[in-house]
Amino acid sequence: MSATAVKQPNWFARLAHPGQFLAWTRFVVWPLGIGAAIVFAIGLYFSFYASPGDYQMGDMVRVMYIHVPNAWLSMLVYGVMAAAALGTLVWRHPLADVANKAAAPLGAAFTAATLFTGSLWGRPTWGTFWEWDGRMTSELVLLLIYLGIIALWRSFDDQLKAGRIVAIVTLVGAINIPIIHYSVEWWNTLHQGSSILTASGPRMPISLLTPLFIMLLAFTLFFAFLQIVQMRTEILRRRAQSMSRQAAQGAVR
Amino acid sequence: MIGDAAHIPFIAGSYVGVAVLVVGLLAYVAWDSLRVKRKLAALEKAGIRRRSADSTSTRTDTP
Repeated sequence: MSATAVKQPNWFARLAHPGQFLAWTRFVVWPLGIGAAIVFAIGLYFSFYASPGDYQMGDMVRVMYIHVPNAWLSMLVYGVMAAAALGTLVWRHPLADVANKAAAPLGAAFTAATLFTGSLWGRPTWGTFWEWDGRMTSELVLLLIYLGIIALWRSFDDQLKAGRIVAIVTLVGAINIPIIHYSVEWWNTLHQGSSILTASGPRMPISLLTPLFIMLLAFTLFFAFLQIVQMRTEILRRRAQSMSRQAAQGAVR
Repeated sequence: MIGDAAHIPFIAGSYVGVAVLVVGLLAYVAWDSLRVKRKLAALEKAGIRRRSADSTSTRTDTP
């Protein structure tokens, strides 16, 4: 091989190239959206008609089928953003900061939904809408981190510079994720402990787990759909900004 | 067992709240996408083309 031979990018680099990303995701977006809608419909059927009430909570257990998926997504989305932050800082990947920026409002929305549904679930079961305990407070902190990241993105004109600063903030904020997860073990809390991811397996009957897992899948597909659409929009937005700058420079000359 | 009838507003409120959020997210994402596509179309209509439009690469600062 000659010294001047150009090194070909690997398959991942090609897939994640902004232009290539726009090309291949065009075929993925709608199947994801339609898939999410179908799984949502099945999940809602199981949530309301094909599952029994809980022996203690009665029908209030049905709130779990939307509360837990939103709580799962509130942390998963942050995980995606933290991975993207590493991509920005370590590999300076062009799609990493796009992924971070696209995910932040989605994560904020899912976290707000977690707090809202948890609060409505808490009133009849605990006797209060809110308690400053470990789980609820750390989830509220997560919402504030999301809002801070959104504000940071909007406060910079230079999106490449913003990407690096947001990436550092995202990685610092990632410390909150294990705090949320282990808060029910570390502190006395009104919130129940983990009942799915335990060493001895789920502590729930299959009749309650079935709608829960279907709704988890539906919300995860929904997030994937929104994330890809938002990333595509962000790539096009940067393209438009670049063209506007180009036009402005041409006008000055 | 908690009496169910008294708690219907809490269950319905949760689902309605999340439904509003889902619809809101869809509307926001669609509106944002449409807005950007219109802006891009207007720029292209004005004859502005990206410098990299003819090449395969859209950015050159990647390793």
